[in-house]
Amino acid sequence: MIEKQETVEIKPEELQTKVTEAMAKGYRLVAISCTKLDYFQLDYTFDCNLSFLNCRLKLPLVNPEIKSITDIYWSAFTYENELHDLFGIKITGINIDFGGKFYKIKEVAPFGKSITIKTVEGKA
Amino acid sequence: MPINPFVKMTATIIKSLFSPSACKMYPVEKPVFYANTRGHIAIQTDKCTLCTLCAKKCPTYAIMVDRNAKLWKIERTKCIMCLNCVYACPKKCLTNENQYSSPVTVKTQEVFNITPPAPAQVAEPCGQKETTT
Amino acid sequence: MPKRTIIPFGPQHPVLPEPIHLDLAVRDEKVVEVIPSLGFVHRGLELLVTRKDFMDMVLVAERICGICSFIHGLGYCQGVEEIMNLQVSPRAKYLRAFWAELSRVHSHILWLGLAADAFGFESLFMHSWKIREKILDIFEETTGGRVIFGVCKVGGLRKDIENDVLERIRKTMDEIEADYRTIAKVFKEDYSVKHRNCGVGVLTADEAYKLGAVGPTLRASGISQDMRKIGYGAYGDLNFEPVVEKDGDCYARTMVRVREVYQSFDLMRQCIDKMPEGPVDMKVTGFPKGEFFSRLEQPRGEVVYYIKGDGTKFIQRYRVRTPTFANVPPLVKMLGGCDLADVPVIVLTIDPCISCTER
Repeated sequence: MIEKQETVEIKPEELQTKVTEAMAKGYRLVAISCTKLDYFQLDYTFDCNLSFLNCRLKLPLVNPEIKSITDIYWSAFTYENELHDLFGIKITGINIDFGGKFYKIKEVAPFGKSITIKTVEGKA
Repeated sequence: MPINPFVKMTATIIKSLFSPSACKMYPVEKPVFYANTRGHIAIQTDKCTLCTLCAKKCPTYAIMVDRNAKLWKIERTKCIMCLNCVYACPKKCLTNENQYSSPVTVKTQEVFNITPPAPAQVAEPCGQKETTT
Repeated sequence: MPKRTIIPFGPQHPVLPEPIHLDLAVRDEKVVEVIPSLGFVHRGLELLVTRKDFMDMVLVAERICGICSFIHGLGYCQGVEEIMNLQVSPRAKYLRAFWAELSRVHSHILWLGLAADAFGFESLFMHSWKIREKILDIFEETTGGRVIFGVCKVGGLRKDIENDVLERIRKTMDEIEADYRTIAKVFKEDYSVKHRNCGVGVLTADEAYKLGAVGPTLRASGISQDMRKIGYGAYGDLNFEPVVEKDGDCYARTMVRVREVYQSFDLMRQCIDKMPEGPVDMKVTGFPKGEFFSRLEQPRGEVVYYIKGDGTKFIQRYRVRTPTFANVPPLVKMLGGCDLADVPVIVLTIDPCISCTER
């Protein structure tokens, strides 16, 4: 066991209060990750003096929308733009909105779609 | 503030001035390869049983195995020398050689004729069964 | 009030080894606002995990970046091992720490060279890279590769280093350190280096922490934070203190890296001294089921891997948050209000690794 990792399940509406709490306790924003399961699983990861805190919430696959935390953590705009560009999650109230131009990729929200496997020549 | 801004570097510069070149004089002085250096993949054609595990494990699809014609092909320009095939090979007939493959102007496949060892004759029906199921 | 001009910086620029684009809003010679944009080298490696065998994925993980490749592989392996509850042999742990520190030395010296090049000290650049070459030779001798090593695997290592080879490497390391001392002196004391870097791109401790800066960028602002202190791998048994500088300017960030190289040499010596005997590999059975946030310290700072397995051959999600990604907002803050001529130096001091950032 490398370290103890605490995960708190929260509802999307509670996000703002939870994040404000974390900010008040002196936590540093480590990452916002998204995982596509039957729903979108959002992980807001924080760290304070090497103690780990993770807030997890679920969003539906259809029309996912979440309020931005950039009012609390200014630096969250990179992660939130990434969520929008790669997963197609709509973020409201973001401080620097790239409008889908943060990643210059051809496809819209490639990670949010179901994957199609292309066969390569010489490989079944 | 120091009087001469170059003072800190002077000793190193003078040392470099009178020491021999730090670069290898390539065509005259050949580079030294270590035993571990990942140069190219070599195959012992008499030990291979055409199991195709190397082709399945290859991340860049550089290896192709033709079971019917008993050929083992590798495209050197595609190979990234990850040695996945070497570790996967059940007969240990693939090895890593420490010389780099020679430069080419045209991308070609290198083809090896496999002469399977005698026990492979027994193993062959098993392999055919695999393809039918 | 002078008019605002937008000056594009990058994606192709002499100081940038990799493509990042910055839109610099400039008033006179002062930068007032910066908008970064990424995505020129987005390859979608994270998604590749869903169709690669989890044992083979480590090879892809290593190829995220060419400089910190070993630590990327290590992070993936540690995460999967944690999920599968594998106890890696102590020798493998120490060898991993050894290679990781050697990578750090290699990365820092490479960066010092690039930094010297950015502030126009060409000969220092050449000398730094001359030293780095010897480290690459050690890598080639022990792993077979100079950039991508491919030694780390889930459950241990593919290659072992013999004890007599380790002793020989210790001697080579002494030589490298002696050479490095002469270069480090120039970085520390030279007038032109100080003149170019002191007081440029200042980031206060409070700002750095709130903006989520990591690694040398954070430590240069006076906050002692090093992920190695979690004690992953062999680091729990090794003795070290994070290198901290106070000023938070470009010079402090350079100094943190200059001093971390000595620290890494020291850690490598500790590894060789304490190297336990035993096997380095183990048999891995079963498939990963569970999740873990694997956190490690890369040369550039903290890296986070989120790994989620569902009990099949393929891992469900592999998310990488690299140090440069976390250092982009601090960079934006640093650049606000600086001179246009200082932009290249400041951009370089966060040690941008864009291929890492975009996976």
